[in-house]
Amino acid sequence: MKLPALNNETVRPAEMNRRDFFKSGAAVASVTLAPGVTLMAFGGEANANADAGKRWGMLIDVNKCATDCNACVTACSTENGWKMDGNPETDAQWIRKVDLTHKQTGREASLPMMCQHCETPPCVDVCPTGASFKRADGIVLVDKHTCIGCRYCMMACPFKARSFVHEDVEDQAAHAPRGKGTVESCTLCVHRVDEGGIPACVESCSATGHGAMMFGDLNDPASDIAQALKNYASIGLRDDLRLNPGVRYTNL
Amino acid sequence: MKRFIASFLIVFLATVGGASAGSLYPEIPKAVGAAHPEGNAFMRINHMKLLRHDRDETMRLGNRDTQYSLKDCVACHAVMGPDALPISVKEEGHFCRSCHEFAAVKVDCFQCHNSKPDEGFTALLGKSPAATVEEISAYLNGVTQ
Amino acid sequence: MERTVYSEVTPTPAIWMLGVLLGAFIAAAGLSVLYIEHHGHIVTGMNNQIVWGLPHVFAIFLIVAASGALNVASIASVFGKIENKPMARYSGLLSISLLAGGLAVLVLDLGRPDRLIVAMTTYNFTSIFAWNIILYNGFFAIVGAYLFVQMARGIAPNVIRAVGTAAFVWRLALTTGTGSIFGWLVARSGYDAAIMAPLFIIMSFSFGLAFFILVLGTTFPLTNRFLGPNLIKRLGRLLGVFAVAVLYFTAVRHLTNFYAAEHGDFERFILFGDTMFTPLFWIGQVLIGGVIPAAMLLRHAEKTSKRQVLAASILIILGGIAHLYGIIIGGQAFPLEIFPAYDVTSTFADGVINNYSPTIYEWALGLGGVALAVMIAGMGVVALRILPMSLSDAKIDPTEPDF
Repeated sequence: MKLPALNNETVRPAEMNRRDFFKSGAAVASVTLAPGVTLMAFGGEANANADAGKRWGMLIDVNKCATDCNACVTACSTENGWKMDGNPETDAQWIRKVDLTHKQTGREASLPMMCQHCETPPCVDVCPTGASFKRADGIVLVDKHTCIGCRYCMMACPFKARSFVHEDVEDQAAHAPRGKGTVESCTLCVHRVDEGGIPACVESCSATGHGAMMFGDLNDPASDIAQALKNYASIGLRDDLRLNPGVRYTNL
Repeated sequence: MKRFIASFLIVFLATVGGASAGSLYPEIPKAVGAAHPEGNAFMRINHMKLLRHDRDETMRLGNRDTQYSLKDCVACHAVMGPDALPISVKEEGHFCRSCHEFAAVKVDCFQCHNSKPDEGFTALLGKSPAATVEEISAYLNGVTQ
Repeated sequence: MERTVYSEVTPTPAIWMLGVLLGAFIAAAGLSVLYIEHHGHIVTGMNNQIVWGLPHVFAIFLIVAASGALNVASIASVFGKIENKPMARYSGLLSISLLAGGLAVLVLDLGRPDRLIVAMTTYNFTSIFAWNIILYNGFFAIVGAYLFVQMARGIAPNVIRAVGTAAFVWRLALTTGTGSIFGWLVARSGYDAAIMAPLFIIMSFSFGLAFFILVLGTTFPLTNRFLGPNLIKRLGRLLGVFAVAVLYFTAVRHLTNFYAAEHGDFERFILFGDTMFTPLFWIGQVLIGGVIPAAMLLRHAEKTSKRQVLAASILIILGGIAHLYGIIIGGQAFPLEIFPAYDVTSTFADGVINNYSPTIYEWALGLGGVALAVMIAGMGVVALRILPMSLSDAKIDPTEPDF
């Protein structure tokens, strides 16, 4: 396989243009995935800008989610550099498994919960500096350059999706900067999505064979996820709040 | 007597001052790779503006094909420590720190951003002889898995 | 009509001692802030479930009291009760200093207080919090102007009235904004209520006046100036009415919430639950903060002594802090209802009642804010001609109602 920037010549990496080096990595990422992993949904070309025509979303099948499986949580923490340090009250949790028991029927279920990437996010409404924002393609993010750490978004989120960083952080992942005193949450692996990939949680879920999570462009009627949403009943959590989340659940 | 002490002090301080005048200026570690085409003076004055503009491009618009990303700066300006691994901003020889400490300008970036480049990358850079195409492509394949 | 003479207060040894004590509290708060900022919020009792804690309770209390403390001056300038005029300057100063104290606590508890400049220059106008920042800064400006026109010579009375009215309207907007910080949070059962804004307005009337009476009643004698008993009695009667009004709004809020099945669980948690919030509500907020002081102030009001009024003020302040604790912390302690039909468990405290134990750092920060407010007011009366030489009862008819 030919790496575009290297042209099959022996070139000292130090003499290459930095940009070309990273670009070549990106081009590889969009094609090469681990063998045996189904390409759940193709995001688009690498280095695509946030496209207002797209709306990224996820569909989670609660029936396929196993109670004792934590693959999505582990994958997210490895990918983005947060970890559970033994202090569940103050540790950041971008995604968590929620175990449910129906109050009347006793039905048991399990599902992963993360930022729901709402269309009208309350966290974006309440942020005093505008650090909490929604990208044109529907991904809700925290701009940590402007975040003052007031935690109002954490009060406003109906899903408790946001975490506050309570202590110094070291050795952050280069694609997921995070630091003390700011608020963070699931980024829908925006660094992967922008390069044409899929979130780490979705990838790991299909790697375990459960296949409970699906990712794709909700606005593209031909995408797998749009087809699935059209044919099967699904809900958004707290639909009564009319937030129109990008993450939907079926069989709940 | 007073005049003797005064002149002694002046000579002493001048000597000491002169000897340390060279060490007042920061020792800026050399970067890996080619120099910026814009020149060092331009970068010294404008690097923050460039970074800030590009970060909004990447953060808000999703454009990852920018010219001046912090990740690239950190990778190219990595300084190796005694164990042949890049040092973080907590240690004195770090590139950004060496200049910023001299200028007494606080660097806010590394509260959130990693001041060391990705380990695999700099291991390639530090290799001698140079990494081959196969090693680089193997690294890139590893990154995407 | 006799002229009121204002003069700077000559600091007595007692006042110096008070200053040293306040300085110690402020220093403790400063050290706490440095400690928290260095180590991160992990050293506090606040976490990902209880996001706003004791410092916010103190901050909101001070901010609410700040807008209420201006009432005394507004009654003079806006509603024409000239008997209140001698206290108007002090009322303005105290409102500024209370707001400064409250904001100091709020700002110093931010995760990134070094980014205050960002907060003051970058605004997202869909956020009521952003509007509040503008309202708070504007309050300083408007009340500053109000003080100026009161203290400068040769200003026409209708100018003072105009600025006073502007200050009154601004403070109503400010308190509405503060209440809406909670009232506009649709996600949580304990907040999501339009009544939050008027509830905060009436709380501001009550807490602000209580604070005013308390500070005036305790510090004025330190200046060796005469404070007439009827003045305090009259203010006390007004305070009693405000305390009853707070009880009324509280009752309406809880009754309405209780009626809706979707909020019923939260109301049961607060009113009839097993946690500390239930006695905090009934004993702290309703009894100590409402019923007892109202009875003290309104029953046989003509016989109420100055001491009783001061005691009632203290009770109202304590009850007010309990009230805000119940609102701010109670609303977060109750688990967020994401799946109403299910019982939930998770690693992120879903479905469980959250506990909060404030650490010494949070107490230090909160109390430091109160000390800062009193300190600023104290410095103001020493440096400027704020306090009248005498607050005698010569002009005050104790039987005449205040409104």
